[in-house]
Amino acid sequence: MGNTSSMLTQYDIEEVQEHCNNTFSQQEIVSLYQRFCQLDRNSGGFISADEFLSVPEFAVNPLSQRLFRMIDGLNFKEFVAFLSAFSSRATLQHKVEFIFKVYDSDGNGKVAFSDLLDVLRDLTGQFISEQQRELVLTQVLEEAGYKKDSLLVMSDFMKILGNTGLKMEVEVPVD
Amino acid sequence: MSNLISSSPSEMDLLDRPNIEDYLPSDSIHQQQPITKLKLRDLLDISPTLTEAAGAIVDDSFTRCFKSNPPEPWNWNIYLFPLWCLGVVVRYGILFPGRVLILTLGWIIFLSCYIPVHVLLKGHDKLRKRLERALVELICSFFVASWTGVVKYHGPRPSARPKQVFVANHTSMIDFIVLEQMTAFAVIMQKHPGWVGLLQSTILESVGCIWFNRSEAKDREIVTRKLREHVEGADNNPLLIFPEGTCVNNHYTVMFKKGAFELGATVCPIAIKYNKIFVDAFWNSRKQSFTTHLLQLMCSWAVVCDVWYLEPQKIKPGETAIEFAERVRQIISVRAGLKMVPWDGYLKYSRPSPKHRERK
Repeated sequence: MGNTSSMLTQYDIEEVQEHCNNTFSQQEIVSLYQRFCQLDRNSGGFISADEFLSVPEFAVNPLSQRLFRMIDGLNFKEFVAFLSAFSSRATLQHKVEFIFKVYDSDGNGKVAFSDLLDVLRDLTGQFISEQQRELVLTQVLEEAGYKKDSLLVMSDFMKILGNTGLKMEVEVPVD
Repeated sequence: MSNLISSSPSEMDLLDRPNIEDYLPSDSIHQQQPITKLKLRDLLDISPTLTEAAGAIVDDSFTRCFKSNPPEPWNWNIYLFPLWCLGVVVRYGILFPGRVLILTLGWIIFLSCYIPVHVLLKGHDKLRKRLERALVELICSFFVASWTGVVKYHGPRPSARPKQVFVANHTSMIDFIVLEQMTAFAVIMQKHPGWVGLLQSTILESVGCIWFNRSEAKDREIVTRKLREHVEGADNNPLLIFPEGTCVNNHYTVMFKKGAFELGATVCPIAIKYNKIFVDAFWNSRKQSFTTHLLQLMCSWAVVCDVWYLEPQKIKPGETAIEFAERVRQIISVRAGLKMVPWDGYLKYSRPSPKHRERK
């Protein structure tokens, strides 16, 4: 796909649609492309750190660093695939997979206590101390039947998050 | 189990619950409240935060404030296209030269009156000031005429009284010219390079303008002091401030800076709304230079706008400067039909500090 062109051809749209398993309609892909071009100000074909952080709503989000690590250097096709977890047509499995990937920062397929602690720290910041955080996490893990040193995998996440209504949807503005 | 003492966030109350059973007496006062235990699921579910982040990636209100929407092309069929071509010919061939002529004429008249007045009447300050004010108003009228500006002023004309500050929403540098042609204001502006900077240092100096530089941090205190002095002085021109700090695209207002509202003066709001049918007056300073912007305006049909002078507001007892600023912003937004957005205009130039992130 031409990174320097500012017009999407029908082939491009279909290719992207296939890549994201039809989770976005063609209209939505066009809108996302406009948005991608708007964010990618120096037309490098990908959105850099600066460009992401220039969106204040994104920069003040506590998980922005983690998300940024996942989205850095992606071209448009991969950008759409990344966002596809937030489409209303995405499966629950897909959404839980996404959450798993956010936790699993080293990408080895296993989420350890330290990973869970890191994300909790990002979200709670200074409101509770490190000790309290560890204590809460250990206690909650034990109540759910895991130990402090157990490693969670994708199927564990599915079990925990799977049957409770997970709401993770973003509407793509189509004008 | 140690006592988890925590203060504000309500989600932390859930953490207290498992411990409360340990040290409360048997007839506990909390019995009517269902004790919901914190589950692993609640901790792991970061979907609300993720959704917010993804929402910001897909569309955010801040970028929308600065988007200059290109007008819908209406010349796409066989009947309208020749009309449009004719329009282009008229605009560039007839109107533009005519306007350049008017503008040059205006400058000649202005300079030929201004320079003598400035030099000769050095001693007689009051008379010189009055004449210079009238001349500045004149050249602004010429500017406005050069874009065929049709400005409708509503409300009582501002009078020069001490302890008074005017605030307005900001769309482009021409806001200043549009307002100045009616009453000579003193303005606080960012120092610009080029011919605009030259104008700023010579002519605008005479109406008593104050300069600042966005990039210098210490500048703020000096400027605040200058502002105060100006407001206190009885025969200074009324001070006009654009509290948004940057140009916004006339559909939204960004947060007002509180500097204008801390001076202990009455604040008179002014709302400016441009009619987009004729031309989009938003100056996208990232996309065009001011000269290009002016030339573009001169090649359009007209600049049509409404200016409303609104009722003067005083700070209410117990109101902070920020609340006062927000209240005035709301008055202006409602009058001009703009949407309010909770972002600081300066985020256009810099990053939100980690402080904001912590607060989230």
